[in-house]
Amino acid sequence: MSRKHKAFRGNSVSVGTEAVFHVILCVFAICCIIPFIFVIIISLSSEESIRNIGYSFVPQTWTLENYRYAFQKMPQIWRSFFNSVYITVLGTVISTFMCALYSYALYRPDFKYRRFFTFFSFFTMIFSGGLVPTFVISRQILGLGENYAALIVPLLVSPFNIIVMRTFFMSSVPLELVEAARIDGAGEYATLFRIVAPIAKPGIATIALLNALAYWNDWFQSLLFIHSAKQLQPLQALLMEIQKNAEYLNKMAGQLGAAAIMEASKMPSQSLRMVLVVMIVLPIACAYPFFQRYIVSGLTVGSVKG
Amino acid sequence: MARNMLKEAPNRLGMSRLARHKKTLVLLTMVAPAAIWLLLLRYLPMGGIVLAFKDYKVNPRNPSFFSNLIHSKWVGWKNFRFIFKNNMAAIALRNTVLYNLAFIILGIIIPVAFAIMMNELTHKFVPKAYQTLMFFPYFLSWVVVSYFLYAFISSQYGLITAAQRDAGEAVTNWYKNTGPWPYIIVFAKMWKDVGYTTMLYLSTITGIDSTQFEAAAIDGASKWQQTLYVTIPNLRTMIAILFIMNIGKIFNADFGLFWNVPMNDGALLNVTEVVDTWIYRIFTTTNNIGQSTAVGLIQNVASFICIIGANAFVKKIDEDSSMF
Repeated sequence: MSRKHKAFRGNSVSVGTEAVFHVILCVFAICCIIPFIFVIIISLSSEESIRNIGYSFVPQTWTLENYRYAFQKMPQIWRSFFNSVYITVLGTVISTFMCALYSYALYRPDFKYRRFFTFFSFFTMIFSGGLVPTFVISRQILGLGENYAALIVPLLVSPFNIIVMRTFFMSSVPLELVEAARIDGAGEYATLFRIVAPIAKPGIATIALLNALAYWNDWFQSLLFIHSAKQLQPLQALLMEIQKNAEYLNKMAGQLGAAAIMEASKMPSQSLRMVLVVMIVLPIACAYPFFQRYIVSGLTVGSVKG
Repeated sequence: MARNMLKEAPNRLGMSRLARHKKTLVLLTMVAPAAIWLLLLRYLPMGGIVLAFKDYKVNPRNPSFFSNLIHSKWVGWKNFRFIFKNNMAAIALRNTVLYNLAFIILGIIIPVAFAIMMNELTHKFVPKAYQTLMFFPYFLSWVVVSYFLYAFISSQYGLITAAQRDAGEAVTNWYKNTGPWPYIIVFAKMWKDVGYTTMLYLSTITGIDSTQFEAAAIDGASKWQQTLYVTIPNLRTMIAILFIMNIGKIFNADFGLFWNVPMNDGALLNVTEVVDTWIYRIFTTTNNIGQSTAVGLIQNVASFICIIGANAFVKKIDEDSSMF
């Protein structure tokens, strides 16, 4: 690098080095998004094209037939979509509410049992009863199994989220405000919902998003708790079921009746799975540009101060 | 843990004892929902650890959980002994630890390198775009990721398979061939998590006071020396925290990754079975509650010791970087 150039660029790396950095980062960044684009293309490929040339970035024929087939002939897909939305909405509201309440009490330095409850949630991060005792007790004592509760309750509380939320309260809400509210005669609930929550909105939004993603992406609770009640399956579980059992798609069409079995032979089974994948990822991808900012600020707070 | 960050607030108003009691009670009602959840879904199962020392049988006369538990025989360490006779135990343990070590090492090197590179880019918009794209996989489930991979390596229609076929090469039967899986697993994990960790490190780097770099530059430090002596030391706390958290979890595997990405194919178990999937498999295939609880108990005790140990170790080196 010439001296003149160096002076111009100040305290930066050389142009050549920067170009190398760009190439490395760019290749990886493209790698991260390409599979999703590929899956969208597959979901728009005709079944004959897939049979002829396999999954390809340039299918022989493009078609919307796979989507039409999925939405018209497969009621289970609608049902699962509804389940996913229902579980996500309900779960997110309840879990965010519980997290805000618990974190608010831990945020108050004058809460008598603050240390105890901090430890109470923190300890579950470093020790647990294990998968099997948790399952057996949830199933046999708490009655979680073959119902919506089994898909919502096990994800309600996350000690990590509690730490993030409490840190958010501590860093964004001055204690003087809480005290001023008390002088004005506001109760604890009023203080939390009218004064603390509006200020800590970004933090609450972060937690709500983390919860929403956890519910939308969850398949493990279905694997554990939903065996016979297939009508409760969310999309993720449906997709797994297809993976486990390639014949499952055929069975789903078979439920429609004898006439549909004829139809089943025409079923675009290869691309249908990819339709499901798109149905799961597309909502995340659409909301992503809006929530990314919150998640970045939230997770940074949580991991640095955790 | 920043448990002591807030000093006890002075009781400036001199609240009466009654008012203080009332306040405590109200705050207790706030912690109650999550506390009850933790009690039922976290602490009660810790009591369920006794199952590891029982031969759990369903009591036909009264098949409720407690009656089953009381009527099941104590068998001491019998449930643990089977582990040493089962050759899957060693495989699962080896896979769990080795994969985690690879994840930890690469999971520090790659994101730190990416974050440093991104920080050196002179445009401001482009690195934002890279970051946005790289962060995306973090928000997807492993079920979805397994299909992303499937689209490339499906033995029937996969893109790579088709390319091999077109080139007249022998087609790799990916889901039956153990060879490439250690690399696929590590790649999948990095693909999904690197964006997130890069973002964590980058936010720390951008938070470094720029006068530190300027001072170093004036003293004649090259860019490389600035990285070594300014950037890396500033990242130390972050690296230490993530390192402890991961060492503490070295016996815990990411169930979703190892269950979904290999499409749960029996032919691959040698290189994809980890402790968590093994526990689930024992539980679902043999329905042996005692044995699967026993394996889980060993795993949890080992993790607990690891976390405490790693934390104590970091505390000794650097007091501020420890978690608790």
